[in-house]
Amino acid sequence: MKPTKCRVEERGTEDDRNPNPKPFSSLTTPPPAMESLGVLLTFPANSYLEEELSKRCKLFRLWETPPENWRQFLRANAGSIRALVGTSTVGADAEMIDALPALEIVASCSVGLDKVDLAKCRERRIRVTNTPDVLTDDVADLAIGLAIATMRRICEADRYVRSGAWNAKGDYKLTSKFSGKTIGIIGLGRIGLAIAKRAEAFDCPISYYSRSEKPHTNYKYYSSVVDLAANCHILIVACALTEETRHIVNREVMDALGPKGVLVNIGRGPHVDEAELVSALIEGRLGGAALDVFEHEPHVPEQLFGLENVVLVPHVGTATWGTRKEMADLVLGNLEAHATNKPLLTPVL
Amino acid sequence: MESLGVLLTLPMNPYLEAELHRRCHLFRLWESPPAHRKDFLQANAPSIRAVVGNATVGADAETIDALPRLEIVASYSVGLDKVDLARCRERGIRVTYTPDVLTDDAADLAIGLSIATLRRLCEADRYVRAGSWKAKGDYKLTSRFSGKTVGILGLGRIGLAVAKRAEAFGCPICYHSRTKNPNVNYKYFHSVLELAGNCDVLIVACPLTKETHHIINHEVINTLGPKGVLVNIGRGPHVDEPELISALVEGRLGAAALDVYEHEPDIPEELFRLENVVLTPHVGSATWETRKAMADLVLGNLEAHVLNKPLLTPFL
Repeated sequence: MKPTKCRVEERGTEDDRNPNPKPFSSLTTPPPAMESLGVLLTFPANSYLEEELSKRCKLFRLWETPPENWRQFLRANAGSIRALVGTSTVGADAEMIDALPALEIVASCSVGLDKVDLAKCRERRIRVTNTPDVLTDDVADLAIGLAIATMRRICEADRYVRSGAWNAKGDYKLTSKFSGKTIGIIGLGRIGLAIAKRAEAFDCPISYYSRSEKPHTNYKYYSSVVDLAANCHILIVACALTEETRHIVNREVMDALGPKGVLVNIGRGPHVDEAELVSALIEGRLGGAALDVFEHEPHVPEQLFGLENVVLVPHVGTATWGTRKEMADLVLGNLEAHATNKPLLTPVL
Repeated sequence: MESLGVLLTLPMNPYLEAELHRRCHLFRLWESPPAHRKDFLQANAPSIRAVVGNATVGADAETIDALPRLEIVASYSVGLDKVDLARCRERGIRVTYTPDVLTDDAADLAIGLSIATLRRLCEADRYVRAGSWKAKGDYKLTSRFSGKTVGILGLGRIGLAVAKRAEAFGCPICYHSRTKNPNVNYKYFHSVLELAGNCDVLIVACPLTKETHHIINHEVINTLGPKGVLVNIGRGPHVDEPELISALVEGRLGAAALDVYEHEPDIPEELFRLENVVLTPHVGSATWETRKAMADLVLGNLEAHVLNKPLLTPFL
């Protein structure tokens, strides 16, 4: 179990037209099964989710205990904890699962399950759910937004304006056209397909790499990431993080993408060899990058801060009011289904 | 072409300038200080038969009047608000512009700005570079783009290109234009006000004329509302800028993305302090690829004119 800093979600403006979102269940009192469900929430990423869990279940907040005391905390409450709600920051690793003998279900508030020890869950027959589909659009939007922002230097241009440089130094420099550029997608799952659909509207030819070729698409398939990188202009990472895909974007891939190529990572930090990425960008071997994820969030290599050919955002792929509520509702719905012996809504195991 | 005297109004494109210098008789307007402009024009008027202007300095009545031998204005832009078209019509002066080649760039920017604004990409990037992710925790939640209703003001080439892109994000499209387009399924509104009342993101993509000056006014801004987003990729004067700023500051308008301003490059500093705006310095067509294509179109039009061939992209 790795110690992580506790973070507090800052409330912004409400996204929905409805300022008073209704809780997931229309029941005024939770079913008895939920009330007695001990749920360990690993991280305070979603205050709506936390409130609902607190109202409807028996909630244990992992972050309220300093990481050095987690073992004790878990041991003390192991008898009660039957469910774990994890996030992309803190999931359910082997150590945590072993410490919870009564654990029946891991309901991840994420679609990525790289922080859940799935092998351990299989062994113990622990159910695992995630939050697919509800976040697909947001992540795909971000991928396209980041790609355009990088090619057209939108954030740099915004900085240029705010610094008074337009007046003092003249017009901003020319940048690169986005429309018509070949997009290479690593992973053609829900998110990859949603990215492709959007990019097509910009007349971008689409190519992809996947473990196996997909039969129902017209997109060009490459059986190696290096070949994909050599044949596209903008490479977007949209696959699951597994042992096989760790550092799938390595030095060879970045060199193949080249001095005019742009890397967009909306997957997981460990998909990319970050140290290699930093030198490739600084040395100009790679044209540009847009990163939503990093190997050791929230640490971002500071050498990136001075670069004008990168866009850096703090893991905001699903971070809209609408999507986070839908993700939370899916977690709650899965827990409710589990507690009342109904079919899980979005099971992976 | 060699004998064609061309007045270039600004150093808008080094490639264009080099080609004009190589192939024509080039006069650089900006090399004479503004106070001596009249003299400069008078002195060279007998030679100047073409003007190449852009979105910043075009060919106004005064300039046209000072050039009795002017035959063609080849604008390095698709917008012709800086060309006195009435004067050109009177004098029988041809006018060309650069449609189509910049449509994609302008539409890409509109979508890029919309996503950047709703998802606060530039603010989030600032947040990371300031070290705040480590120091203060996660960035706040923002608003979704997909599925939001996009209202387009002006359904010309650029408006249609914006619509095509937005549709891929599941955005319902509506528009206001002088006339309804019979070839599209998008919902038409008879007024800007109605459009603003029925969309989440309002994108300005119409030409600037007397009629569309300040078309985005206090009433339209208020109607777009505290959750609405205004994206201006048209011309600065489309929007009542002081009104826009107070609406943003007071929260009567949710957010804005601006590529154009009333008095470029002077931008009201109150905008710099706002986290709900994205500001770009008139970069709608500012890519290498597009600016070269625009330059080639200008050169092609001038060549056609000189050889008495049909102009490539005539407006008048």
